[in-house]
Amino acid sequence: MDFTLVVEQTLNGLQLGVMLFLLAAGLTLVFGIMNLVNLAHGSLYMVGAYLATWFYQLTGSFALALVLGLAGTLLVGVVVELVALRTLYERDHLDQVLATFGLILFFNELIAILWGRAAIYSTLPEFLSGHVQLAGNLRYPLYRLLIIGVGLAVALLLWFVVSKTRLGMLIRAGASNRAMVAALGVDIRLLYTIVFGFGAALAGLAGLLAGPIFAVQPGMGEMILIQVFVVIVIGGIGSIRGAFLGALIVGMVDTLGRAFLKPALSAVISPAAGDAAGPALASMLIYLLMAAVLAFRPEGLFPVRGGS
Amino acid sequence: MKKTTGSTLAALVAAAALSMSFAAPAFAQQKVKIGFISTFSGPGGVIGADMKNAVELALDHLGRKVGGLETEVIYGDDQQKPDVGKQVSDEMVKKHQVNFVAGVIWSNVMLAVAPSVTNAGTFMIGTNAGPHQLAGEACNELFFTTSWQNDQTPEAMGKYMQDAGLNDVYLMAPNYAAGKDMLTGFKRTFKGRIAGEVYTTVNQPDYQAELAQLRAKNPKAVMVFYPGGMGINFLKQYSQAGLRGQFPLYSVYTVDELSIPAVKHAALGQLETRYWSQDLKNEANVKFVGDFRKKYDGKTPSFYGAQSYDGILLIDSAVRAVKGDLANKKGMIAAMRKADFKSTRGKFTYGHNHFPIQNFYLLKAVAGASATADPVMEVQKTVFTNYKDSYGGHCAMKW
Repeated sequence: MDFTLVVEQTLNGLQLGVMLFLLAAGLTLVFGIMNLVNLAHGSLYMVGAYLATWFYQLTGSFALALVLGLAGTLLVGVVVELVALRTLYERDHLDQVLATFGLILFFNELIAILWGRAAIYSTLPEFLSGHVQLAGNLRYPLYRLLIIGVGLAVALLLWFVVSKTRLGMLIRAGASNRAMVAALGVDIRLLYTIVFGFGAALAGLAGLLAGPIFAVQPGMGEMILIQVFVVIVIGGIGSIRGAFLGALIVGMVDTLGRAFLKPALSAVISPAAGDAAGPALASMLIYLLMAAVLAFRPEGLFPVRGGS
Repeated sequence: MKKTTGSTLAALVAAAALSMSFAAPAFAQQKVKIGFISTFSGPGGVIGADMKNAVELALDHLGRKVGGLETEVIYGDDQQKPDVGKQVSDEMVKKHQVNFVAGVIWSNVMLAVAPSVTNAGTFMIGTNAGPHQLAGEACNELFFTTSWQNDQTPEAMGKYMQDAGLNDVYLMAPNYAAGKDMLTGFKRTFKGRIAGEVYTTVNQPDYQAELAQLRAKNPKAVMVFYPGGMGINFLKQYSQAGLRGQFPLYSVYTVDELSIPAVKHAALGQLETRYWSQDLKNEANVKFVGDFRKKYDGKTPSFYGAQSYDGILLIDSAVRAVKGDLANKKGMIAAMRKADFKSTRGKFTYGHNHFPIQNFYLLKAVAGASATADPVMEVQKTVFTNYKDSYGGHCAMKW
């Protein structure tokens, strides 16, 4: 098999992985620390994509659009937490699922009212639309490399915040034993707002990075949210490390499966079998993986130590 | 004596009941009721909005009177789900007692809706989906469509690429019934070498992995079917991957007036086949496109709109032919079979399975009139003239 192609597909897997990580990090923190099932996480991703696209059209500056989009999503996240989610922490998961599903409908309609139902125009700035010659005949799109770079940088930053700062210590403590943290006099409400706001900002970051390459339209968040849930189940709920490694595993398995499963099946069994089973199996792979993890390691591959 | 009075009374009651039962439909006949089903929410909602706009424009053109009668159009949202579509159509037929059900974008929704409407003795006027079952063994005298049979469009593309002498064509489509039908239709007329055939997950947002595989195969041309939002993702990424200049891209139902505003220059040069285009120069189409732009601040209609506009005109022609006697279904069937209305595609006829026999054109996305304008789809050449679908042979209907 062509070595260049394998390297390229590995890069594609990495790129999908870091994108999923940006979404999974916020979701897993909110779930792990606040014990809140937030189905509307994908809506924040959509909000990030719309705000960044809109600001880019208004200002003409991609960098400025990123900053404003990020700040805007952070703000939206904080408002959602203060207005809607605060009342849900003590309720059971079914109530949370219903309420955050309502938020999905609310955000999709709001976006449709503000920008219409049709996908809006979004594109790469000129200086990011080129390709980079990595080695031999391997050319990789610059923007996709940028996504990988940003994702890894965010992962590093998160690792630093979570394991080296006081805020991170509280977050870890909150994930392990919420009641104890509250009993020690920490303002848990403020901590929740901060965590949710940053989770929203990370989802927004994923959305604004996705804007130029995907269709920016109402409902775009739900398409990716399911994979994100798979990531946090595989990685272990509440664990940043689990979200990172889980996202890379899911990104790799999904991409390599889509790329090489059909040719592999064709070579090993028969071309007919490859044609028939390849695409179906490739789209199932990450769910099969999740089922296996749930069967053998129900707490995920990289669970949080302790736990409440 | 008593007995006679009783029977007289009974007769009177019966007569009264009879006259009332006659009076009721006579009263109802003052009004045509049309139930229009489409997708008005979710990502598919943009298509439904275009169809509804076109229906409203058709009503404007008819002075809000279909067939000269008071008209009520009830819109129903199928949410792109077959079960919801069937529920909505049942409600229209039973509760609202509509005379016609029209619309429906998706083939799987249509397969759930059409039989239940026609079984209830109500007309079904399809204005998009053309699943092969309804053109073949499941054809019905109460079912008409103003669109096409699914396979026809890719067959036209296959014919064009065959005639152009292309070889080593790489095919891509989402992995569901219509995706497979499209590629089957393409291969019915395209006999050259196929370099690869790839099915992707429905609504998958990222095609980077598949595009890398495509580049490695180094085909001579690429032919895809990616409707709706999938097409927007695919076109953007195809351009961004630098493949636009490398492998010529051909498509069906992927680039249209609804997706172009979201991709703009990434659509430039795209070749599609279609039975209709906004620049067709017949009188009805010039009026339709011009008035549509006037009514909906400069928006260009898509083929979804054109078909829906035609659907209302087809109903109008039928109601006119029976002079508003909506109980005369035989008369209306006979009238519709003549396709006697000013269609946006120009003159066409109906095959015996009630699917249009019509022309198919090669369209290209070319630069708009000004530097800032969006690309527009324009007719390049005629691929098929008076083209019939491939399933009519399985339809037992005769006329």
